[in-house]
Amino acid sequence: MTAAITVDGLEVIFDRFRALKGVSLEVRSGESFGLVGESGSGKSTLLRAIAGLAPVASGSITVNGKTLGARRDKAFYREVQMVFQDPYGSLHPRQTVDRLLQEPLAIHGFADGEKRIERALDEVGLGNGFRFRYAHQLSGGQRQRVAIARALILEPAILLLDEPTSALDASVQAEVLNLLEEVRRRRKLTFLMVSHDLAIITHMCERLMVMQSGEAVENLTAAQLVAHRVTEDYTRNLLRASDGFVRA
Amino acid sequence: MSDTLLDVDDLRVDFPTRTGLVRAVRGVSFTLGRERLGIVGESGSGKSQTGRAIMGLTPPQARISAKKLAFDGIDLLGISPRQRRALRGNRIAMILQDPKYSLDPVMSIGRQIVETLRTHEKVSKAEARERALAMLEAVQIRDPKRVFDLHPHEVSGGMGQRAMIAMMLIAGPEMMIADEPTSALDVTVQLDVLGILDKLVSDRGMGLIFISHDLRLVSSFCDRVIVMYAGKVVEQLKASELGQAQHPYTRGLLNCMPRIGFERHPLPVLDRKPEWAA
Repeated sequence: MTAAITVDGLEVIFDRFRALKGVSLEVRSGESFGLVGESGSGKSTLLRAIAGLAPVASGSITVNGKTLGARRDKAFYREVQMVFQDPYGSLHPRQTVDRLLQEPLAIHGFADGEKRIERALDEVGLGNGFRFRYAHQLSGGQRQRVAIARALILEPAILLLDEPTSALDASVQAEVLNLLEEVRRRRKLTFLMVSHDLAIITHMCERLMVMQSGEAVENLTAAQLVAHRVTEDYTRNLLRASDGFVRA
Repeated sequence: MSDTLLDVDDLRVDFPTRTGLVRAVRGVSFTLGRERLGIVGESGSGKSQTGRAIMGLTPPQARISAKKLAFDGIDLLGISPRQRRALRGNRIAMILQDPKYSLDPVMSIGRQIVETLRTHEKVSKAEARERALAMLEAVQIRDPKRVFDLHPHEVSGGMGQRAMIAMMLIAGPEMMIADEPTSALDVTVQLDVLGILDKLVSDRGMGLIFISHDLRLVSSFCDRVIVMYAGKVVEQLKASELGQAQHPYTRGLLNCMPRIGFERHPLPVLDRKPEWAA
């Protein structure tokens, strides 16, 4: 299998703070890969560095065979799109859904915008009735569907997902996770997904990497995690914590 | 019945808006003894507004009514704001979700705790400081003297929430309302904070209302669980009997979360029935 994303010895430094300390990672084409860790572990920074949103100090990122420079070109964003955590913050409050979805099409010079918007909305289960609404007229789950539609409209091969459901209610979370699984199956997408929730990562991903304070702790398959076959204490702690509260 | 701390009967909270009346809480009834009671629901279910109405923190434009809303025999809706203030923080305490917003950013943590204590009890400054330090130690802050002088932005979320718990417990309340006390925290820190809360609540024999969206977490922590949907209680059950939940909403809520070791693709989704909200 070919690698969709290869990250090698990546360092990200904000002022003097080393957010990523030489992290390496390989995501195969068509795979769903998870990043888990607590806040401040650098999992979101890694995702943002790949998308070109974090200052890379050293190391390399290769996407579909091309090693990326400091700037991302348009072709990169046709390949790689990102869905952010907060559906309340990631949609423009004064643009209709239609306008929001036109933006990427205009940037990349697509002519068949009309058809694509209809199809994208249909694909995320919203339908044409939502086309001319504003973000504030939608619920959290509907907004996240719009954000997913916006990412899918350019037909990328790779989706970067930064805690896509952590701002949603449990029942809405299930719907959005199902939607993501379905579009991945239908379009044979590669996912790189960040979450603090081990259960979500084992549900969505085949392989995962556990991170702590800017470093990789260990690489596991979902099956190993489910069977509790982990080697690091840190991962074991996370597993125990996800079982819920146990009275001492 | 001396065991009953709080008696809520037919509590309603309405918000008048330009587009009509929003009925956030629609006839909620329950009683609380010296136990841990969980209130679970999704956003908009009215769980937080129920907690706030008991605490007396509902916004002024809202209308509250109840057949009975009594704490230890005191009619909370009948007393003056002044009497209400005397209760709040002293006999009834509340922990909010995010310490970043619920602590005063321009006051050191120690001073905030001392302020709470001196509002409700006549103690000297030196004694107040001693008790605040002891309380910080009780919530397992390792270096209470250092933390006492820190400002909220200088501590982590877990530390801030411990400071918040210390502040709420210092006046020795008999009832505590915790509104999503651990949702802003990392999973491992979450358990530490719950452990501290659990120990203090059982040592002091307090009544605890634990409001959360996380049904599984609540059921592992509380003795009894109330499930709310669209401003109403749809089900009340013992936490240990959650597996035998009757209402389709409760069961759906339990079912739709991914669990480690249970492969289900796609996840079951909630099929919301209009009659649940009726």
